Amino acid sequence: MGLRGEAAIVGIAEWKPERRPTAPPMFTLEQWAQLTREALDDAGIDPSEVDGICCTNIRESDSFVPSTIAEYLGMQVNFAEVVDLGGASCAAMVWRAAAAIELGLCNVVVIGAPSWPSPRPPVPPTGPSSWRYGASSANYGSPQAEFDIPYGNVAQNCGYAQIAMKYGAEYRYDAEALAKIAVDQRVSANHNPAAVFHNVPITVEDVLNSPMISDPIHMLEIVMPCVGGAAIVVAGKDIARRSKHRPAWISGFGERVLHKTPTYAEDMLSTALIPAADQAFSMAGRSREEVDLISVYDCYTITVLMTIEDGGFCPRGEGQPFVREHDLSFKGDFPCNTHGGQLGFGQAGLAGGMSHITEGARQVMRRGEDHQVPDADVAFITGNGGLMSEQVALILEGD
Amino acid sequence: MSADVSQRPLPTPIDRTQPFWDGLRERKVRIQYSPSSDRWVFYPRSHAPLTLADDLEWREISGQGTLYTYTIARRPTAPDFAGDEPQIIAVVELDEGPRLTSTLVNVDEDEIEVGMRVRPVFEDVTGTETTLLRYEPAS
Repeated sequence: MGLRGEAAIVGIAEWKPERRPTAPPMFTLEQWAQLTREALDDAGIDPSEVDGICCTNIRESDSFVPSTIAEYLGMQVNFAEVVDLGGASCAAMVWRAAAAIELGLCNVVVIGAPSWPSPRPPVPPTGPSSWRYGASSANYGSPQAEFDIPYGNVAQNCGYAQIAMKYGAEYRYDAEALAKIAVDQRVSANHNPAAVFHNVPITVEDVLNSPMISDPIHMLEIVMPCVGGAAIVVAGKDIARRSKHRPAWISGFGERVLHKTPTYAEDMLSTALIPAADQAFSMAGRSREEVDLISVYDCYTITVLMTIEDGGFCPRGEGQPFVREHDLSFKGDFPCNTHGGQLGFGQAGLAGGMSHITEGARQVMRRGEDHQVPDADVAFITGNGGLMSEQVALILEGD
Repeated sequence: MSADVSQRPLPTPIDRTQPFWDGLRERKVRIQYSPSSDRWVFYPRSHAPLTLADDLEWREISGQGTLYTYTIARRPTAPDFAGDEPQIIAVVELDEGPRLTSTLVNVDEDEIEVGMRVRPVFEDVTGTETTLLRYEPAS
């Protein structure tokens, strides 16, 4: 069952995340065009060869998104996919592209994650923004609007903090171990000139002394919102073989979606990653021991801890001693988020989730420069959407 | 207890969920039960989750439960809650099984413990027909 590993990531475009944009706003469609051009240039593939696109929402249209993008780019495609899995969307788009290529539907798929601000209309829209409550929906008839938002259970911090609190009640909370995740990843960010926190080292004490935002989560355990953008090119094996770089073959994936609000989880500590990771490893025919680095969604430190456990790298409940015993930096014995993670690299919206994929691919392509893991051949990647409840696992491999 | 309307977002019940909110107004907790799957359901739905049985019926329960988890938000979780911090945002596991979102009231921060027994506090929102279901320690 599954992929044969005959599609690969062959091109990458990634704009440096910025806390405040230093360039003018750009429409999403314009970002699509620029990012696609840069990613195809990187791969050495002509735009005329693109026959598939994977996207999420765009500012300029609430529906008919792929056709709007295809028309703007002047492309005619055999595969037009919209994915709506929050932070898991980019990883989810990668396996969909690989599957479409292996089915013979298409040969070259562009996956876009434009995350730069768009120009504001001359006449501002009226009414509250649909993002007033983050990812929580205030629409009429929405269960969250009726049963969660009125109690302040809104957006992301609150739910992740509830999960972390439950984890602590079950397994004892080791705040220093959680803080060490941010510190180790920051070491990698300090070796990555593209990271928003390049050359800003931190210590465990810094993390624990940063303001408590929502118990038990401190400010430095939460991603920094940024602007940016990214795109990748996925191609079938013939095109991949003649592209510019060592391809990052997509050999396994798993996807699992459970719920939207953690209140209604069957078990708040049993994430959707367990079956997704098992499927990815089994499809790729790889073991956990063969993984050279992990590049996993890290909106919060607790996310990384539970991902290490539910990804199968240590038993449930033993993540905290595992983190204490291993060096998670790119130089360490368990490289994790070698670009700095979103905690160190910055979370440029959708492109934040894409950064785990671009970094995993770069490492396998041996393009990690100052933060390259020696001889990296196998990368484990996750996308995480909702609150640990939408999970996608990927395995990328070199030749 | 009662509270000001302020800018806080309030629920807009739909026909399906109205019996729950009417119950709170009467100081009662009513949730749905599916006889065919012998399962209690919250939040209110048209069909029982998983079995999709359409035999859901309203039944009154005590509303008591245990604290499944919580957080204390030191910054408002949305601009609408400015001034409410610290917000003690809880997940309560009802004795019948389902969980719900609430907030803890009448409690000191250092008293709060995951697994503690909690009981309902009905909060009429002044100037509205809405009653919210908050919780306090049961002992």
